[in-house]
Amino acid sequence: MKNLLKGVAVAALMLAPGAAMAEVESDEPIIIVQNNWTSQLVLSYVVGKVLEDMGYTVEYAPSDSQLQFQAMADNDMDFQVEAWEGSMKSAFEKAVENGMVDVGTHSAETREEWWIPNYVLETCPEATNWEGLNACAEQFSTAETKPNGRFVGPPADWGKNYADRVKSLEMDFEAINVGQAATLWAELQSAYDRKEPIVLFNWTPNFIESKFEGTFVDFPKPEPACFDDASWGPNPNATGDCGAPHSGWLKKAASPRFEEEWPGAYAVIEKVDFSNAQIAAAALMVDVDGMEPEEAAEAWMEKNADVVASWTE
Amino acid sequence: MTEATAPTTPRADGEGVSLAALPLWGRFAAIIVAGVLLSLVWDGATRWPEAWTLPLAQWITDFINWLKSEATVFGVEFKAITRGIGTALEMPVDWAEYLLYRGFKKVGLDLGPLPWIAVAAGVTIFAHWVGGWRLALLCGLSMLYLATFNVWKDAMRTMTIVVVAVPMAAFIGIALGIWVTRSKTAARIISPMFDLMQATPHMAYLAPVAALFAFGPVTALIATVVFAMPPMARCTILGLQTVSSDVVEAGQMSGCTKRQLLWKVALPSSKRTLMLGLNQVVMQTLAMVVIASIAGATGLGHKLLYSLQQLRLGVAIEQGIAISLIAIVLDRLTQAYAYKETDHFASEKTWAQRHKHMLLFLVILVGSYVLAEFHRWASIPPSKFVWGAGDAKVVLFDAKLLARHMDQAIRDFNVVAFDYINPIRDWVTLWILIPVRNFFLWLPWPVFFGVVSLAAWRLGGKSVMLLCMALMASFIVTGFWVETMKTTYLVLIAAALCVLIGVPLGIWAARSERAAKIIMPICDTLQTFPSFIYLIPAIMLFRIGDFANIFAIIPYATVPAIRYTYLGLKRIPAVTVEAGIANGATRMQRLFKVELPVALPEIMLGLNQTIMMALAMTAITALIGSTDLGQEVVRSISTQDFGRGILAGFFIAALGIIADRLIGSWAAERKRQLGVA
Repeated sequence: MKNLLKGVAVAALMLAPGAAMAEVESDEPIIIVQNNWTSQLVLSYVVGKVLEDMGYTVEYAPSDSQLQFQAMADNDMDFQVEAWEGSMKSAFEKAVENGMVDVGTHSAETREEWWIPNYVLETCPEATNWEGLNACAEQFSTAETKPNGRFVGPPADWGKNYADRVKSLEMDFEAINVGQAATLWAELQSAYDRKEPIVLFNWTPNFIESKFEGTFVDFPKPEPACFDDASWGPNPNATGDCGAPHSGWLKKAASPRFEEEWPGAYAVIEKVDFSNAQIAAAALMVDVDGMEPEEAAEAWMEKNADVVASWTE
Repeated sequence: MTEATAPTTPRADGEGVSLAALPLWGRFAAIIVAGVLLSLVWDGATRWPEAWTLPLAQWITDFINWLKSEATVFGVEFKAITRGIGTALEMPVDWAEYLLYRGFKKVGLDLGPLPWIAVAAGVTIFAHWVGGWRLALLCGLSMLYLATFNVWKDAMRTMTIVVVAVPMAAFIGIALGIWVTRSKTAARIISPMFDLMQATPHMAYLAPVAALFAFGPVTALIATVVFAMPPMARCTILGLQTVSSDVVEAGQMSGCTKRQLLWKVALPSSKRTLMLGLNQVVMQTLAMVVIASIAGATGLGHKLLYSLQQLRLGVAIEQGIAISLIAIVLDRLTQAYAYKETDHFASEKTWAQRHKHMLLFLVILVGSYVLAEFHRWASIPPSKFVWGAGDAKVVLFDAKLLARHMDQAIRDFNVVAFDYINPIRDWVTLWILIPVRNFFLWLPWPVFFGVVSLAAWRLGGKSVMLLCMALMASFIVTGFWVETMKTTYLVLIAAALCVLIGVPLGIWAARSERAAKIIMPICDTLQTFPSFIYLIPAIMLFRIGDFANIFAIIPYATVPAIRYTYLGLKRIPAVTVEAGIANGATRMQRLFKVELPVALPEIMLGLNQTIMMALAMTAITALIGSTDLGQEVVRSISTQDFGRGILAGFFIAALGIIADRLIGSWAAERKRQLGVA
């Protein structure tokens, strides 16, 4: 009650500009983008808390993973800690043309490829390789695709055309697109619980690794020639007869106003760097240990105090 | 709860009906034969030639991009204007946030947000004031649910949008409603726009709003307001037009000016209709909660999508129930407020007696703030309820643990049931769904166009026919024929199943009070429960495909089929039923020969609503994986291909309007014949 009264009194006096907390360039909130997968949420809280500890005001805004880049180019949002080459490359590059700032690449490498749970190897031992997988295509068939196998592909707007790759490699598969990532996981969970053969689109690092055991399927390693020269690769008559890169980039992105408005914070986000193991550990705390992303961020920062310190030096 | 959209029933054109005498089947047959023959000699009858396709989608996208980047209005950049509106709208959102969950630190006040005890008590006390003990119990228990299931803070985040969006939508709705009753021009422009707005799926509002406004809570707010406003305007129009002339005359005789007549006479006397409108605004706002989070709203919707992404179905269900409970509480509160009797003995009571609810709330408010100073759990409820401390700690209730059990139960069910369900799914897919889909994809457009036009002319006359023709032409010439047919096929099958399930349930509820007591609350819950949650079990059980899509549509779209059947049967005049009994009809005869035929127009309006809801759901089931209009709507949000998204949304609405006009005309005519109009 005392505080309440005090509060009213303070409010009357304090309509003047807000009290400065620490020596920061601007009290304007830095808006950090949040997407709907675990690692991104935890990492964005980690960065947010580091900036808050320095005295900056931080806000979080949820966003669609494609729309966010344009929003950053427009200064509506300020920082994204995880931009993926595989699924976001075109939107990212388009936004950079419109003014968004590329703040550099993490040490973490990403990979996106066809993926099978390990139990599949019991019935189709050669499935870690695309030719071996193709040999038992019928195991993966459903009523609609028979006798072809079914490949559960990513949402159609992620810019990957697996139907083309299936055609180029003359595989006995039919690629079906899901509407969203959650659909992939629901399919995987259902098949996994019943030990039914399934091959689907997956990527690393993500939370799936900590919940399901499985491996990527190896395709011919991509080279520029694969896409220009038909004679390259297993099929002499087609281009595109190869897999996705084994290591894609994971970048950070910022709004054009970031460096001007908060130079001190910009120096930090330039140094922020996560490795595959660090990202996996952050996601694990939420997906396996059941922490809230915000709690996980605090726990992660305690465990990796030296890493955090190296950013703010 | 009443249905979201009041079906509009244009009157049947007398001329159209008189043509019933002609051999109609001959005309239909002629159109079908001619269309098929045409498709054999001309490929353009199967697929509209690409060279003739109107690039409308591209034009719209270009236009929006131009608006965003170059357009100026009186020398001010258009973008600056939308930004300005966005900034202005941020202010009320900010204050709602301070009050509900942030606290007032940011504006220099050392005052926390409303403690949960105060909010819970406030809602319960208000419920008692407007609706007595039963309503207070319902609201109190619902608040307790929010507090114990670890969703309080997110519920308050969701409420910030609600408390800002509802008054805004109500205000704009009333203003537009008044304008429509006063100006013929306004009526001509605005009324068809409302039809269109209500038939457009919620999801389709996001892309254009996100295109023009800053991304974030404000975009979510604007999309919500646009979606929730039309029922308020409609109810205002209805309310003002049905004020009895005696009341208006009384006002005029006592010398009211035109303005006084509106504010002091007409609006107060249509209070109940206005409150119904407000009630609808609240329900629509909550229907937008999950979808708005795609465009940047925080709160329950955002968390729910995240839970689904993590396959934490149990948590998603808990969050979904929270949304449902908030909707049900707000629905009951607004309804009770609308029907609250004025206290005619108020003047005989003391001030304290008249304001006892208010006083009690103030005491609790102050008390809870004081408590919150000393104990954190009084400010925001704890995530676990624990008794004792240290080793002797006993967890009384843990929502997360319960959620994990639910997850396990769903997975176990899936493992057990899959082997039984999958053959059914395969059979239905191979022998019903794929053939029907192929039929719709084969269908030459002149056949579809001709048959629907003839039906429209026969049922509703020339004006309905012209409207339907224009709407059909719009998706044929812009190159959306294939997507539209896929949507048509999915919705027709889903609607057929909804009727097969819903009508018998409605009949059962109408015949047995007990059944009604169980079925009607389930309907309420189904309608407010976020339909996103059905998607995951549908995929787990049925895998990606149309079967899963249809399965996910059914829970939501069956509700109107049940409700309208129930109401249709309940509204049959007692004399009609008694006449049946007097004629010695058995229960079954009475049902099939008397009651169902009389209730049929009402049931058909239910079918109409079912189709509307199934159409709206196609934008949500697109998340399972589909290639229809719904998918175009969803995809346009991320690809920023606004033109395609806006058009796809419009075509979904167009299908809804065509169905509405055909069924509405039929029902109106039938009602007239039965003399129950």
